[in-house]
Amino acid sequence: MLLKAALLNVELLLSLLAVGFVVGTIVAVLQVYGGRVLGVLAFVFEWVFRSIPPLVLLFLVYFGPERFGLSISRFLSATIALGLCSSGYQSQIFRGAIQSISSGQMMAARALGMSRTRAIASVILPQALRLSIPGWSNEFSGVMKDTTLAYVVGYNELLRSARAIMDRHYDAAMLSFLTVAIIFLVLTYTGNRALGWLEERTRIPGLQVAGWSEEGHS
Amino acid sequence: MNMPLLKVEDIHKRYGNEEVLRGVSFEVNRGETKVFIGPSGTGKSTLLRCVNQLTPPDKGQVFLEGTEVTHHKSDINRLRASIGFVFQDFNLFAHLTAMQNVSIGPTKVTRMHKEQAQARALAELERVGLGDKANAYPAQLSGGQQQRVSIARALAMDPKLILFDEPTSALDPELIGEVLEVMIELAREGMTMLCVTHEMGFARSVANEIIFMEHGVIVEQGPPQQMFTNPKHQRTGEFLRKISELYGETER
Repeated sequence: MLLKAALLNVELLLSLLAVGFVVGTIVAVLQVYGGRVLGVLAFVFEWVFRSIPPLVLLFLVYFGPERFGLSISRFLSATIALGLCSSGYQSQIFRGAIQSISSGQMMAARALGMSRTRAIASVILPQALRLSIPGWSNEFSGVMKDTTLAYVVGYNELLRSARAIMDRHYDAAMLSFLTVAIIFLVLTYTGNRALGWLEERTRIPGLQVAGWSEEGHS
Repeated sequence: MNMPLLKVEDIHKRYGNEEVLRGVSFEVNRGETKVFIGPSGTGKSTLLRCVNQLTPPDKGQVFLEGTEVTHHKSDINRLRASIGFVFQDFNLFAHLTAMQNVSIGPTKVTRMHKEQAQARALAELERVGLGDKANAYPAQLSGGQQQRVSIARALAMDPKLILFDEPTSALDPELIGEVLEVMIELAREGMTMLCVTHEMGFARSVANEIIFMEHGVIVEQGPPQQMFTNPKHQRTGEFLRKISELYGETER
């Protein structure tokens, strides 16, 4: 029963990360290249969603539409609320990576005749996203745990299922919570291993060697 | 037809309080090689960047085959695609192999078919003597090799002219020769080139004209022979003697 519930956490995790990734990338790009108006908008967006506690946002997204007679599924509300929170954090991971890329890369792309958008998509992001993986794995571990927050809107995830076991068999309470803890240990370990593998796979040959590195010949 | 390939008129550029370019004009005909020299900080690199609008000038006009590059309605991406640019520090795309660095222009900018672009890229890499390095990443190449890849990257776009911004200044002395060889070859094949460089051996062997700049203006311009032996301005002679001492003056 708990393992089945864990799948729901994983499902929520993947969808909220996807939302956070797409929105976070857009926010980061706008902060760096968006010019004044879009840049300010992106900063406001990031400020808002990094400030509101995820639990509060979750309540707002889940119960808010109800006031207007709209209903939103538990899964969707959790995806949106937690995804937007995560996008704020992810945007800063991506922004840092984008800004660490030498301005010469953009200049060379523009000199070839690429538009700014094309240069961002073909030259800047492929490099920035690679650099983002270590920071992103931190965010991954964080939001992994946040998936249990969906408990409060009645999403049948892991913690809620453990709680249900406790209600029925009080003796098994500690055992079920411990099981939840262990499942999270395993999930986080697996996820971080996968990201480590991805980092290794996408490493640019000759670059990004751990620690001190000698660059080129010049 | 007598229209120059490139016409630059009265370019001004100011950074804060400093006017880096104070009215520079020149023309380049098809197939010519012009070399810009002058003390550092005299706006030579800025001038090159004004030509393809990487640095938009404050005032003045640039025409490529009669089309005004500086016009606010010009399709700058399209114009840039036909103007090659070789940077001092190469600026190869770090995440791409040598081959991909050269083929990305044709595929993403001129929408050439992928296989065709790769064949073209390989041909250009072979032209600069790096056919065997097609799958190497920039960080795996020496500075001289990186600069040759960046020349191949420019060539793959079939440019009408190539701008070289101190292409050998970031290189170890023993790597300079391989880059100059490629440039000399290009000049002899009839490529139109504008080079900011202090390699006087290069200037002597292929330049049609040397342009001496100081304090944001052109002080003097003329064929290398005349500039070296009979400069009109004392400053030109002094400067040429100084860099000839510094850089040696081997004919290449």
